[in-house]
Amino acid sequence: MPMAYEVMLVKERTLKYILIGISMAFLTLMLILPLVVIASEALSKGWSTYLAAITDPFARKAMWLTLEATLAAVICNTVFGLAAAWLLTRFSFPGKNMLSSLIDLPFAISPVIAGLVFIMMFGRISYLHNFLMTHHLTIVFAAPGIILATIFVTFPFVAREIIPMMNAQGKDEEEAATTMGAGGFTIFRRITLPKIKWGLMYGVILCTARAMGEFGAVSVVSGHIRGKTTTLPLHIEILYNEYNFTAAFAVASILVLLAIIILVLRNFIEWRSKKEA
Amino acid sequence: MDTYVELAHIYKKFGDFEASHDVNFVVEQGKLVGLLGPSGSGKTTILRMLAGLDTPDSGDILINGQRVNDKAPGERGIGFVFQNYALFRHMTVFDNIAFGLTLQKLKKQALRERVESLIELIGLKGFEKRYPAQLSGGQRQRVAFARALAPNPQLLLLDEPFAAIDAKVRKELRQWLRQTIGKLGITSIFVTHDQEEAVEVADEIIITNKGRIEQKGTPIQIYKEPRTPFVAQFIGESNRIEDYTVFKGFDRLNGRMKEATAGILRPEFIEIAKDADEILTPLAAEKGVVQTTFFRGNVIQVNVEVKGELLNGYRTLEQPPLYAGDEVFVLIHRVYCFDGTKTTVVENRIKSEINSVFI
Repeated sequence: MPMAYEVMLVKERTLKYILIGISMAFLTLMLILPLVVIASEALSKGWSTYLAAITDPFARKAMWLTLEATLAAVICNTVFGLAAAWLLTRFSFPGKNMLSSLIDLPFAISPVIAGLVFIMMFGRISYLHNFLMTHHLTIVFAAPGIILATIFVTFPFVAREIIPMMNAQGKDEEEAATTMGAGGFTIFRRITLPKIKWGLMYGVILCTARAMGEFGAVSVVSGHIRGKTTTLPLHIEILYNEYNFTAAFAVASILVLLAIIILVLRNFIEWRSKKEA
Repeated sequence: MDTYVELAHIYKKFGDFEASHDVNFVVEQGKLVGLLGPSGSGKTTILRMLAGLDTPDSGDILINGQRVNDKAPGERGIGFVFQNYALFRHMTVFDNIAFGLTLQKLKKQALRERVESLIELIGLKGFEKRYPAQLSGGQRQRVAFARALAPNPQLLLLDEPFAAIDAKVRKELRQWLRQTIGKLGITSIFVTHDQEEAVEVADEIIITNKGRIEQKGTPIQIYKEPRTPFVAQFIGESNRIEDYTVFKGFDRLNGRMKEATAGILRPEFIEIAKDADEILTPLAAEKGVVQTTFFRGNVIQVNVEVKGELLNGYRTLEQPPLYAGDEVFVLIHRVYCFDGTKTTVVENRIKSEINSVFI
């Protein structure tokens, strides 16, 4: 049967090239081409226009707000993610499964609805409105609302990344440390954290990426006040709607750059964690 | 000998599962004790409660005369060796062993000396900078042992210490552990489901079954005088027979009620002889028919049918071979018989009478 075997090999090889071809074509069309378009559009009117667009005060404000919201989301969700993972993997209690699925809720809900929820909660129609007014607190159509919406949308990333990890690793090492007299915080710092650090970083990176790019929820709570409540994605939309394509693409290129940095970091972390395991 | 560990009326449930039911025992200072039982019999729970990793529902745990129920694991003066070692995977051998000492805020020099002496004890010099993933199973086991010993515990608890190691290394490690613990003189309790391991390593064995303690004693006591039917069946090889009074030498009931006739026969209680010349007291022997024989390396196992019961015994390679269908003499020396929840040893009456005549 050598002939049949060879025919099979040829068939398999052909299939391989066809699959590679399809993937490449798809990737070029859907990913590479858009990136090239962004770069070429951004630079279409030369460097000076590009620099002017990204150093524009409104753009810089948007950048700061994006960074603020991202940082807040990462910090909040890391703390929450660690606490939730600890709770869900080390204890059993009634409603555990319920809590576990609730963590995934932001993945399932459309970001627009998330944004609307915050408007309902803190906006004019809310019962809390009077309380907030008397204490001079503005949440919606202001930076706090944007931060809240970003936190909501990126809520599950860290927890989802480390829960399976902690489940797989079990609690033996923590118990071993307990028998040697280590307290809760020492165990967390010296045993648990080092064990999950790569997973945690991976979760943080995904959370960062999502927080920076979030559009839907933020758009609803922002109110689009230029220089005040616009993040980078919102700023890009405004520029685009004003037919200021070059500036829109210039600002977009910043987000693309950040995304590429994150991608590189992500690969580095994957490589490191594989090396250690 | 002083009592070092005492468990009094310990009860523990996990949901509906009763892991400990009125568990009572004491362990004397310096003893190496094996908790032996089938899986799910509650032996690991006992160990974990001693360590403070689980809390009993009721009852007292005393270590060195003090009630430790409310003490944190780290305050009980124990060292714990986990079944899968639970070495800190992101730490080197040195750091693993040093962990407990760093918590005691030991001076750097003293810490180094202590860790180095322990590494010497476990024979892993030159491996200090290795990570657990770079060690063999036996080496990991030793590191776990040294790590547990580092803070100078007064009581060492080992959960299935040899379960995850391949058979050949296991035997060496058992001997090594027994010697090392003996040298250190530290009171130790280990959990195992392997009776060979328990018999070989332990000074005393505690048999657990369904959350209860069945018997505690030296390996020889447990073997020769099993106190409950469970122990009689669990320890050694055993053939359960429904009615031992049908056999020659056991027919007189000695006032026993007829219903208590079930018994346990061990291969070593049975002598299988090719002819009357091969045994001292042929009068006390039954006649049987060989069913099958198996070569078992150092002995030959013979399965023989006697009065409808299938029994097995051993013959040495030096004795004349037997074949299926041969008629043989089967001398039953003794039987473990059940009397309610107690087990008693019944000797072959005819054999004893003949022997006393000879004397």
